Amino acid sequence: MNAQIPLNDVTDVSAGFKPRARAALADPRLRSNFRTAMDSLMTKRAAAFSDADERERLRELGNHIRARALSQLPDLLERLEANLTRNGVKVHWAETVSEANTIVLEIIQTHEARQVIKGKSMVSEEMEMNHFLGGQGIECLESDMGEYIVQLDNEKPSHIIMPAIHKNAAQVASLFEEKLGVEYTRDVDELIQIGRRTLRQKFFEADIGVSGVNFAVAETGTLLLVENEGNGRMSTSVPPVHIAVTGIEKVVENLRDTVPLLSLLTRSALGQPITTYVNMISGPRKADELDGPQEVHLVLLDNGRSQAFNDPELRQTLNCIRCGACMNHCPVYTRIGGHAYGEVYPGPIGKIITPHMVGLAKVPDHPSASSLCGACGEVCPVKIPIPDLLRRLREENVKRADPQHPVMRGEGSKYSARERLMWSGWKLMNTQPLLYRAFSFAATRLRGLRPASLGPWTEHHSAPTPAPRSLHDLAREHLEHPR
Amino acid sequence: MNARNRILGKLRTSLAGTVPRPDDFDQTLVTEPWRYAPAERVSRLRQLMEAVHTEFHQTRSADWVALLAELLGARAVPDLLVSPQTEHGRLVHAYWQTRNDLPRLHAYDRPIEEWKDELFSHTAASLTGTLGAIASTGSLVVWPDRHEPRLMSLVPPLHVALVRASQIHDNLYEVMQAQRWAANMPTNALLISGPSKTADIEQILAYGAHGPKDLIVLLLEDA
Ligand code: SF4
Repeated sequence: MNAQIPLNDVTDVSAGFKPRARAALADPRLRSNFRTAMDSLMTKRAAAFSDADERERLRELGNHIRARALSQLPDLLERLEANLTRNGVKVHWAETVSEANTIVLEIIQTHEARQVIKGKSMVSEEMEMNHFLGGQGIECLESDMGEYIVQLDNEKPSHIIMPAIHKNAAQVASLFEEKLGVEYTRDVDELIQIGRRTLRQKFFEADIGVSGVNFAVAETGTLLLVENEGNGRMSTSVPPVHIAVTGIEKVVENLRDTVPLLSLLTRSALGQPITTYVNMISGPRKADELDGPQEVHLVLLDNGRSQAFNDPELRQTLNCIRCGACMNHCPVYTRIGGHAYGEVYPGPIGKIITPHMVGLAKVPDHPSASSLCGACGEVCPVKIPIPDLLRRLREENVKRADPQHPVMRGEGSKYSARERLMWSGWKLMNTQPLLYRAFSFAATRLRGLRPASLGPWTEHHSAPTPAPRSLHDLAREHLEHPR
Repeated sequence: MNARNRILGKLRTSLAGTVPRPDDFDQTLVTEPWRYAPAERVSRLRQLMEAVHTEFHQTRSADWVALLAELLGARAVPDLLVSPQTEHGRLVHAYWQTRNDLPRLHAYDRPIEEWKDELFSHTAASLTGTLGAIASTGSLVVWPDRHEPRLMSLVPPLHVALVRASQIHDNLYEVMQAQRWAANMPTNALLISGPSKTADIEQILAYGAHGPKDLIVLLLEDA
């Protein structure tokens, strides 16, 4: 069937990144919510990796495991599919989010299901599954506490691990009071118990459980999920049907490969040695078992990943294990929060993966929303050189699009002939000694003519005044008449 | 099938002329920093599990059932889900025969569909065995099966788990090897490291999110 995907606020970037960032910067409550949370996440990660040598060697291993998986990705996907199928799991493939939603809808319709309960899944956010299913009259409820809060307030997650991190307890208290009709309480334990009670009933009723996947193991046909709350286990073992959705890059070769990746993931994300639950699913309920879903489906989604895969440098984007450490350590993310990015994945990982999903032209400011301080690359547990990839995307942004050999959708959207010309002039001047000398002579001798306002630069800085004589000049004089 | 072939086709074209990277997995990195002397193993497991609000008791084969009865009594737990088919379940049943002041026992002996409401609304506690524990991360290894199904360690607000000291492994890698996981994966395998929790509101830790609010570990030191 041909389902129409409704437009959703989160991918509506008409307001643009810059106005959203400006609004976020002017919101002191938002800034303090993020500052506090990111400081604490950074401290916890540092404590979890107290031995720098161990950490660096483990990151290197993590990088090798992911790179090895990607270097044989099509074979591993086929092996994963074969082993899952043998285990009784039905595997589906989708090139676009619309195809993925259609697959999910068809499964739901086959079972005449009305209620879907969802464990945390960023891929389902890519699909805007809640919105899509809602449009089909199917209730799709988030069960991760953070995701539930965000969904209740008609918002989108602002962090991939901590979806409601932009809210404080008082905001959650008002939200619950208003939407659930409970008494106002700012006590976090009580708030969580309210969520628990409400959602328990939903787990009980749900016809379908949806989840993401952290690692898909080709060797055994196993879907590995990590979580602290138990909602992931609930979503994947209470309802009669479980649908897992994941990106095609999530596969690893062997079960043992998950050992270092798990350790890297939970320590980088939350500073925990491990999450409360590591849930390894290798099939539906067997004939002699008494619970677990009767059917398990896996939807493998491309959504631009194969485009990133096509370029050996950009392919490294797909190493990502979605730990969120890059955003926790990002000075830009910490100040503007997750919503300013206007897309599903915020922060440094969002800046390098989103262009492949929605096209670079739709997020032209993403690659430049970075000071290139390097923190993201330094903490990334699988050693994605994020700053290098950002620089690369900046080039893809401003180059002249090459329809014969396109690197990515939406490339060259910031190409400007004028800018090109200016850089050519700059290059010429710096490579022709005569021209260079003429320039420095003019710049120093005519320094009085410098205009008071130099565009955006002078909005926040005082204008630079050239020295009366160039360094070149002074050096030459010094060499000719040493004092 | 078209989407499948198109995706695989694109990926293969992108890899044309390349060879897979070598498998340079270095197991020393996930084993050596995480090895413990036998005595230390128990203390590390205990310390890590207590740090995430697990109630941890060191007991012995002859005493644990009485301890269980006492702990449940102290909490005024009205009922306990326990399998009569397992060795530990039989011990519980035998001990319960000798007293009449203990929580009602019931078994997970029907498909979930037949008693979902009772499990969700009227089951206060469960007792399950484990396949051991992991000292490096403070985790229990649980493979649900016919006798102790998946929801037994998830839905009741209190989960009591039995661990034998001889089955505490140093780290996850070694458990996987020792128990030959890769060749034997069950439909569901779990690592459980404490009662369920969340820090989704202001990063403030709260226990009892969607799974058990309390986890009690009974460690059999002589088993
Ligand atoms: S890019 Fe690296 S640091 Fe960022 S979420 Fe992915 S794995 Fe974590």
